[in-house]
Amino acid sequence: MLILECPYCGVTGEETEFHGGGEAHIKRFGPGSSDDDFHDYLFTRENPFGVHFERWRHVSGCGKWFHAARCTKTLEVFGTYSAQTTEPPSDLRAAISDKRPGWTWREFS
Amino acid sequence: MSTRLASGGRLIDRSKQVQFTFNGKQMRGHAGDTLASALLANDQMMVGRSFKYHRPRGIVASGAEEPNALINMGEGARFEPNQRATTTELFNGLVAQSQNHWPSLEFDIGAVNTYFSRFLPAGFYYKMFMYPRAFWKHVYEPFIRQSAGLGRAPKQRDQDTYEHFYHFADLVVIGGGVAGLQAALAAATAGQSVLVIEQTADWGGRAPVDGVADDSTIDGMDADAWVAQAVAKLDAMDNVTMRTRTMGAGVYDHGYLLAYERLRDHAPEAKGPRHRLWRIRTKQIVTATGAIERPLSFAGNDLPGVMLAAALRDYVVNYGVSTGDRTVVVTNNDDAYRTAIVLKQAGLEVPVIIDARPEGGGALMAKARDMGIRVDTGRAIAKVKGGKRVTGVQICAQAGEGSVLEEIPCDAVAMSGGWSPVVHLWSHCGGKLIWDDAQAHFRPDPSRPPTGASGEGFVIAAGSANGALALDAALADATAAGVAAARAAGGTPDDAPPPKADALGEAALAPVWMMPQGANIKLRMKSWLDFQNDVKVSDVQLAAHEGFESVEHAKRYTTLGMATDQGKLSNINGLAILSDALGQPIPVTGTTTFRPPYTPISMGAIAGEARGEIFQPLRRTPMHDWHDANGADWEPVGHWRRPYAFVRNGETVNEAVMREVRNTREKLGLLDASTLGKLIVKGPDAGRFLDMMYTNMMSTLKPGKCRYGLMCSENGFLSDDGVVARIDDDTWLCHTTTGGADRIHAHMEEWLQTEWWDWKVYVANVTEQLAQVAVVGPNARKLLEKLGGMDVSREALGFMEWADGTLGGFDARVYRISFSGELSYEVAVPASQGRAFWDKLMEAGKEFGVMPYGTEALHIMRAEKGFIMIGDETDGTVIPQDLGLDWALSKKKEDYLGKRAQQRSHMTDPNRWKLVGLETVDGSVLPDGAYALGNGVNENGQKVMIGRVTSTYHSPTLNRGIAMGLVLHGPDRMGEVLDFPGTDGKTYKAKIVSAVFYDPEGEKQNV
Ligand SMILES: [Zn+2]
Repeated sequence: MLILECPYCGVTGEETEFHGGGEAHIKRFGPGSSDDDFHDYLFTRENPFGVHFERWRHVSGCGKWFHAARCTKTLEVFGTYSAQTTEPPSDLRAAISDKRPGWTWREFS
Repeated sequence: MSTRLASGGRLIDRSKQVQFTFNGKQMRGHAGDTLASALLANDQMMVGRSFKYHRPRGIVASGAEEPNALINMGEGARFEPNQRATTTELFNGLVAQSQNHWPSLEFDIGAVNTYFSRFLPAGFYYKMFMYPRAFWKHVYEPFIRQSAGLGRAPKQRDQDTYEHFYHFADLVVIGGGVAGLQAALAAATAGQSVLVIEQTADWGGRAPVDGVADDSTIDGMDADAWVAQAVAKLDAMDNVTMRTRTMGAGVYDHGYLLAYERLRDHAPEAKGPRHRLWRIRTKQIVTATGAIERPLSFAGNDLPGVMLAAALRDYVVNYGVSTGDRTVVVTNNDDAYRTAIVLKQAGLEVPVIIDARPEGGGALMAKARDMGIRVDTGRAIAKVKGGKRVTGVQICAQAGEGSVLEEIPCDAVAMSGGWSPVVHLWSHCGGKLIWDDAQAHFRPDPSRPPTGASGEGFVIAAGSANGALALDAALADATAAGVAAARAAGGTPDDAPPPKADALGEAALAPVWMMPQGANIKLRMKSWLDFQNDVKVSDVQLAAHEGFESVEHAKRYTTLGMATDQGKLSNINGLAILSDALGQPIPVTGTTTFRPPYTPISMGAIAGEARGEIFQPLRRTPMHDWHDANGADWEPVGHWRRPYAFVRNGETVNEAVMREVRNTREKLGLLDASTLGKLIVKGPDAGRFLDMMYTNMMSTLKPGKCRYGLMCSENGFLSDDGVVARIDDDTWLCHTTTGGADRIHAHMEEWLQTEWWDWKVYVANVTEQLAQVAVVGPNARKLLEKLGGMDVSREALGFMEWADGTLGGFDARVYRISFSGELSYEVAVPASQGRAFWDKLMEAGKEFGVMPYGTEALHIMRAEKGFIMIGDETDGTVIPQDLGLDWALSKKKEDYLGKRAQQRSHMTDPNRWKLVGLETVDGSVLPDGAYALGNGVNENGQKVMIGRVTSTYHSPTLNRGIAMGLVLHGPDRMGEVLDFPGTDGKTYKAKIVSAVFYDPEGEKQNV
């Protein structure tokens, strides 16, 4: 059972207080997009053994969605941040680089 | 025979007698006994039968690792199977029954399996039960059902209570032996909160028992005295909490720990909960969980009377119980000598110590020899003689193939194959192990602990759980562990030296995985690895031979370690045999995965207080009590209870439903619609947002108007529906299905927060703020006009319009919408007024023939009108186009959730099944979910199906069966008759018709 900190209300809570929402930073493809783009948007996901970016919701708390960067191998949580962004913040990416030099995840590194 | 000795027993109180029964036989023990020690004291060595061959099984261990002594405990509402006799504390009136035998423990028919054991090798079930196919149902399955499972399932509701307990501590020490106590002492100096738990009723672990044999001391005290002062010190510290009878059950992510406290198992008549599940959050965990002795693999090692050497000594020292009069000790290490010494001290005979090591042992061997015990080195047991009880052993050379050198009569065998650290809790959350060649065991790798949120380790193993088996090494290791844990949790503990231990040194062990080393196949087929599941050395070798090289595959193929003891005794021996058969070192083979809980915990403890009425809170509408008092036949809908029908005296439920439909169609019906979801969507961008959420155009809806809307997932499938009303320029009220309110609210929030976060929209779920009543039927308007207060005429409030006002003095919002096809108003009033409003409607409606109706009448009336129901016509694979709802898909909008998905080729495939009405030829009711038969068979040889029933009812209005269904090319096949085979063997014939069975022109609702 993970412990996560909600970046909105500042509560550090049990995993049961939150709800996982799958992979973060997925770009939506709507009408007019190619079959491949739309298919990837709906179904193609990363499955890393290491650095990963996820969506979470503080469902039994303030109700807000947020993002979490964590390691699926060691369960280390690198940080949580706003859901209102299309990419991980640069300071967090730098902090991850300190601990996991050379990490990559999708187009980010 | 096994018996109670005249003296001794550090844990029992000989002045207190305890009565109990085993298989109906009256027996006596003492306070402080376990059921196992008391059974042995009553010469009850045989306690059960093994799983596969039904071989006689005796007590083999003295703690949680016991594989054999599983019993049915208690009776009636306190009955519980698979309880371990070795961890069951004796109490007055205890009732125990042995398991897995028929007709009796002494004489068991299934034991014939043992004579066929040659034909029941590893993988037998997989190989045997494949063919012929027909045998499965009539021969194999009944056979397996008859023989599967240990114990019996309880039949009555558990009369005891259980609870969950939330606890926070900086540090938790698991294990109350000398290592655990010392780790706690070292850590607690930092002043942080420390919880110390011990699974048994007593502090101290093994050290006090071992000290009896070798006169070891800690800080000059004997172990019992040292334990007593350590416990007293810890008890006196405000920051330390101590709990016995509390097992560390599982270690989980980020320092989450489950502990299982058995409060009343030893005192069933006491007050309070029986078990307590501790849900603990901690920064650091010290696992001082000890080690478990390994059996040796020699022929006949499963006979009752063969016991782990340390267990045999536990029974003598702790309970004053001897397992036999003449005990042969067989070992590959020094520790078993302690057992021989203890037996000799107790006046019992030890005819020989068989030591597999050519050179034998160290100081302990010398001590045993000084006491006059014969020690044979380089020797092994070729075979144990006996049937239901050991009668003797045949001795051979360990280096040979088993030629018998000598036969020695005895009635007990104490075996020791070395010690394996209890690494379960270390491993639960990802702690890694290393192979210790010198001690021949896996122990925690301190450089690869389970890691927490910070990425740092949060578990530290201590004492013998960390491979520090000798007393002085264990205490030093525990001291270091305690200090390290306190520091890791942010504290500054004192740097005191470990207590000084004085004990006899031990010679190195020699790994012995098979006895003798070159045992022939006949011996290997009688050398047990897993006593409970009947897995032998030969089975693991066969698995390796047949290609099951992965330890996880070999485990499942042979069932090694899959019994209720989870392989605590068998795993290391089994994987050593597997490694040998594969010709690779043990660490290359590795271990199977350790999963929580450490030993089984009760279902009651897992459930805690969540049972009966508080299992899940029930949601009640403001009118719930009225329904309950007026014949409601309740139906669960989400967390709500809704009346399925209001049943009158002398009526069946079905008769009530038919009456409710007829009355509503002919006169006047009331439906409690309060459970429907009601979401307020408000803001300058609310219209734009709803255009994305719904397939319809909602932004163009005029204030005062209503529109039926559909919601799809981004994958295109229908997910919810309901009527949307525009309240004012920037406010809409969206109705959802009863089960959908929370889900759709979350769905809207998700899109707002994570995709269109710059849109100015708020969503509020006001479902429980309002009570809503559907007033339905030809007399609906008459009733509302009688209440008075607002104009509800056709002209003032047209179909699909809404208005605010008062009705009979109640503040009301009235929607002119219909889900039944009748003239219908849905009236929302504040929830606090709901019951009064309902009462008023019932009272005022009398003269118009008012009756309440339930969900089934609602369903029938909507089906008569061909209205779809989410969850009936949809199942997550259905798109609006399948249901003929193309009219509700806006062509003008560039985008909405699901639009892109619905453009994919398989969504536009003309061969998708489409909604039609179905009318049985003979007027009967089609079976729900029945499939329509096509022609021929598909590529799998199955009959081709061309449709299925989604809703089916008897319509009292039409007095015949009506149904809706999805059918291949359905709308183009009107009038065709399809065959629907039922599970009752009959084939139902139904004609494809329009799904609108009643009032197709819509004249009734629009008056
Ligand atoms: Zn929050």
